[in-house]
Amino acid sequence: MAEPLLEARGIVKSFGRVQALRGASFTVNAGEVVALIGDNGAGKSTMVKTLSGVHAPDDGEILFEGRPVSIPSPVAARELGIETVYQDLALAPDLESSANLFLGREAVRPGLLGKLGFLDKAAMRRRTEEAFTTLGVGVQDPTAAVATLSGGQRQGVAVARAVTWAGKVVFMDEPTAALGVVQTRNVLDLIKRVRESGLAVVLISHNMPEVMEVSDRVEVLRLGERVARFTTADTSMEQLVGAMTGALRNDEAS
Amino acid sequence: MSARWQRLATGSTTWIILILAGLIVAFSVLEPSSFSTVNNARNLATNAAILLVVSVGMTFVIITAGIDLSVGSVLVFAGVVSAKAMNGMDGDGAGVILVGLVVALAAGLGWGVLNGLLITKARVPSLIVTLGTLGMALGLALIITNGVDIREVPPKLVTGIGVGRAFGEIPWLVLIAVGVAIFFGVLLHATRFGRHTYAIGSNEEAARRAGIAVDRHLIAVYGISGLLSGLAGFLSLARFATTTIGGHATDNLQAIAAVVLGGTSLFGGIGTVLGTVVGVFIPAVLENGFVITGVEAFWRDVAVGAVLIAAVYLDQLRRRTQYRD
Repeated sequence: MAEPLLEARGIVKSFGRVQALRGASFTVNAGEVVALIGDNGAGKSTMVKTLSGVHAPDDGEILFEGRPVSIPSPVAARELGIETVYQDLALAPDLESSANLFLGREAVRPGLLGKLGFLDKAAMRRRTEEAFTTLGVGVQDPTAAVATLSGGQRQGVAVARAVTWAGKVVFMDEPTAALGVVQTRNVLDLIKRVRESGLAVVLISHNMPEVMEVSDRVEVLRLGERVARFTTADTSMEQLVGAMTGALRNDEAS
Repeated sequence: MSARWQRLATGSTTWIILILAGLIVAFSVLEPSSFSTVNNARNLATNAAILLVVSVGMTFVIITAGIDLSVGSVLVFAGVVSAKAMNGMDGDGAGVILVGLVVALAAGLGWGVLNGLLITKARVPSLIVTLGTLGMALGLALIITNGVDIREVPPKLVTGIGVGRAFGEIPWLVLIAVGVAIFFGVLLHATRFGRHTYAIGSNEEAARRAGIAVDRHLIAVYGISGLLSGLAGFLSLARFATTTIGGHATDNLQAIAAVVLGGTSLFGGIGTVLGTVVGVFIPAVLENGFVITGVEAFWRDVAVGAVLIAAVYLDQLRRRTQYRD
């Protein structure tokens, strides 16, 4: 098997006296959709935040394309090609879609005006519309404030931003948790399109049918440790639930 | 395009411009011979110029969802140290005036940066930090002057900038205020700095995660507010030929009212410099118009108060009707 794209080994992370991760491991291969599942408090979000530079781990090792790296900040994660769609989406609601897509990475005009920090709003809007078209995000007016969009459209903006800038892998923390049936469908289709574009996707989810539908592999966290890894095609939903509840274990602590 | 027109029609800036235009038309019809004259327009603009300079800085602060109560005190402090510096030098030349300007700007910037540092690094809310520096700056100005206004101001500053006119027509005070509004308007609406100002006010955590240096940016924003208060202090010195220590106690509230009237949201993330310009002129036109039409000028405060509440109500209404959840 090829070298994993991103690998966390024996990650330990405590908040005060609560140990959220106790030697947890996690693997992402290039171009796959891997689901990270687990019960509430299993450490999924902490793992994602560790790998996207929000939390620094207390102990453990992170390998990116085989070499050890440290990811001390979200900016450092971005420089590695890791983008995250946070559960709260991290959008600026009063700003338009294109401003959100380019948040912190604004396109500036060529030449002297650009050096002075003048924005190239037309270029940002054009590229935003292109990204929406490619990903099938249905936002009619890219100049409308994000707060005026529906929940599904906002999710689309956040995903489009991550995909636009991700070189290697996109983390999605419960992307469908707040969505209705149709919007959930759209996000799942979106995830498939992202995989087709060659990016790896890490999907954090509670929803087992969803995980079974879109993922290639599943890794299960329980009480801060990885307890099981599955290839989705050879796995049943009962096995996943069994691993989440502690009835089944196929991965020994590293 | 239709979406753009719709936004134009529902935007609070559009409404506030219409209100200002309505006021101007009304007073012009009532008193055409005295209200709608070049002289009166010049008067009106001169009276509004200094508040406009302060309000432009306040616009940036409020767009970041912050507040700066210290502007009036910083204005006074900057005027006092500037007057002290100029009086400490010989003569009345351009060099002395330039030193006075630099001292006023530096003093304002210093207070602004102090505000920004305390808000971002010490994590004290802006309301409290600037309430504290409001007292500190005014107290220090009183200590420096022993509570007595400094009335020695270089005559050339007063005759030149204070009451002088560019091209014989436009008061320098007005020209400077317009220049400030244009420069900072462009900074806010066309540059990355402005975009980050909106982003921080709209969702500070999202801005931080997007890699924007939020603390540094906020320090710069409060620095701008302080810098413009310092400039306003210098202009006030030029206009009144004294430090007017007791005359700026409500500058902060007037500036906040102007900014909010102009459609800037107290919740951050929304606002324009053009709106602020209009928001400064509505009270100015009301006062001027009331005086000319013989209405008791105190009615201005009543009218401005009512319009202010209406402006915030419209902002709330817009959020309720256009924003989802």
